[in-house]
Amino acid sequence: MAYASALHCRECGNEYPIAPIHVCEWCFGPLEITYDYDAIGDAISREKIKDGPLTMWRYADLLPVDGENAVDIGTGMTPLLKADNLGREFGIDNLWIKNDAVNPTYSFKDRVVSVAATKALEFGFDTLACASTGNLAGAVAAHGAKANMRTLVFIPSDLEHGKVVGAAIYGPTVVAVDGNYDDVNRLCSELADANESWAFVNINMRPYYSEGSKTLGYEVVEQLGWKAPDHAVVPIASGSLFTKIWKGMNEFAQLGLIDDVRTKMHGAQADGCSPVAQAFADEQLHVKPVVPDTIAKSLAIGNPADAYYTLKIAQQAEGSTVGSTPDPAIVEGIQMLAQTEGIFTETAGGVVISNLKKLAEAGRFQKGESVVAFITGNGLKTVEAVQHLANPVNINATVSSFEESIDVEATVGSKSASS
Amino acid sequence: MAIRRVRLTFEGDQITDPVIYQIGKDFEIITNIRRAEVHADVGWVILELDGAEAEIDLALAWASGKGVRVDPLSGNVIEG
Repeated sequence: MAYASALHCRECGNEYPIAPIHVCEWCFGPLEITYDYDAIGDAISREKIKDGPLTMWRYADLLPVDGENAVDIGTGMTPLLKADNLGREFGIDNLWIKNDAVNPTYSFKDRVVSVAATKALEFGFDTLACASTGNLAGAVAAHGAKANMRTLVFIPSDLEHGKVVGAAIYGPTVVAVDGNYDDVNRLCSELADANESWAFVNINMRPYYSEGSKTLGYEVVEQLGWKAPDHAVVPIASGSLFTKIWKGMNEFAQLGLIDDVRTKMHGAQADGCSPVAQAFADEQLHVKPVVPDTIAKSLAIGNPADAYYTLKIAQQAEGSTVGSTPDPAIVEGIQMLAQTEGIFTETAGGVVISNLKKLAEAGRFQKGESVVAFITGNGLKTVEAVQHLANPVNINATVSSFEESIDVEATVGSKSASS
Repeated sequence: MAIRRVRLTFEGDQITDPVIYQIGKDFEIITNIRRAEVHADVGWVILELDGAEAEIDLALAWASGKGVRVDPLSGNVIEG
């Protein structure tokens, strides 16, 4: 059953009926879902959630869809892993990795698209669309296939071939657009406005789509034994993920499922695209847009739509921060996570780990405090960022060649010494 | 004729330039400010432009040429 009763403007508060719209017609502010929390409170319980499916749809009561006909490809309930090896490196004694890179299309975008596709079907759409440079394209294409919807994926024409394949395999119509980022962005906005029969997941479906990110917050709380973490380190692109994880945890508290949330939220950006971190440092609530120049392309949004709301949380939740790190530290972060915990993440994960290290070095984490680092995408999506690290030792197909080239004892010894 | 909604972002000296006045004066366009926030160092305006498509394109290209950032109302819709 859907408990979403209306949409409301985050700026002026004007209410609208549930519909595929995303901006307020009065002030052009973004629209957000209004829920009947009293009714949800009567319906939800820890036991009901525990008895639900082992996917993000166990939290269907808190999503703006009916949920009985969810477009579900097995997203969510991803592992929350105790990261003792990495924690030892950074001096954090209670570190956890939320590994959302193991979702069906290998990123957290499956969560938001699962909600958007479900809602699109409820509205009667037969076409699902998005504009993407990677993760979102794959998620939309996969859910479009599962939902038997016509699917359109717009990409910049210079996108790496591997990323095109990652979406094309699901059978969407892939449209490669010539032009720079702004050209492609403007075209996609105009196409979305002109084609009201399309469910453009992050435009006219955005109020519903973005709610899917709340499930990351719910899961972490449940996996920690119905307790919000003391610290959360979250990558920031538009800022939506940061705000929705916070919202999800606070909804649990509002519904009495957990105690008050005292989580310190830490936003992570790359130096090459850090408008939110810069505004936080300047103690501002508005950002100065930037032209992105970083290897962390999945976070490269120069004028983030949810920056204001992100900064409000970061300034209000005591002890929260927004920081950034340079590209070499991002690569180092990818390596460290892989070599200590066996998890290969994309550049956005490198941003999280490098910012985590920076926070630890700054003494932000007290002994015993739980720290959750959110890893949102798989490393195979951004191999180009770390391909210089692959330097195999070439040998002939003989035992003697192997023994001449490799000192096995030294190799084992060096690994033991570093652990 | 068409109506287009855009978000203009101004930084530094651009804040004191009468860009929106010039759009209305030099192009066959009716401008309508719907929401705005202006600070000493940065400001943004959500602007509705009413006119011929080609004329709106020309006006926005002129504003971009002045260094004003022009985004669709939807913002950055290309996600990673």
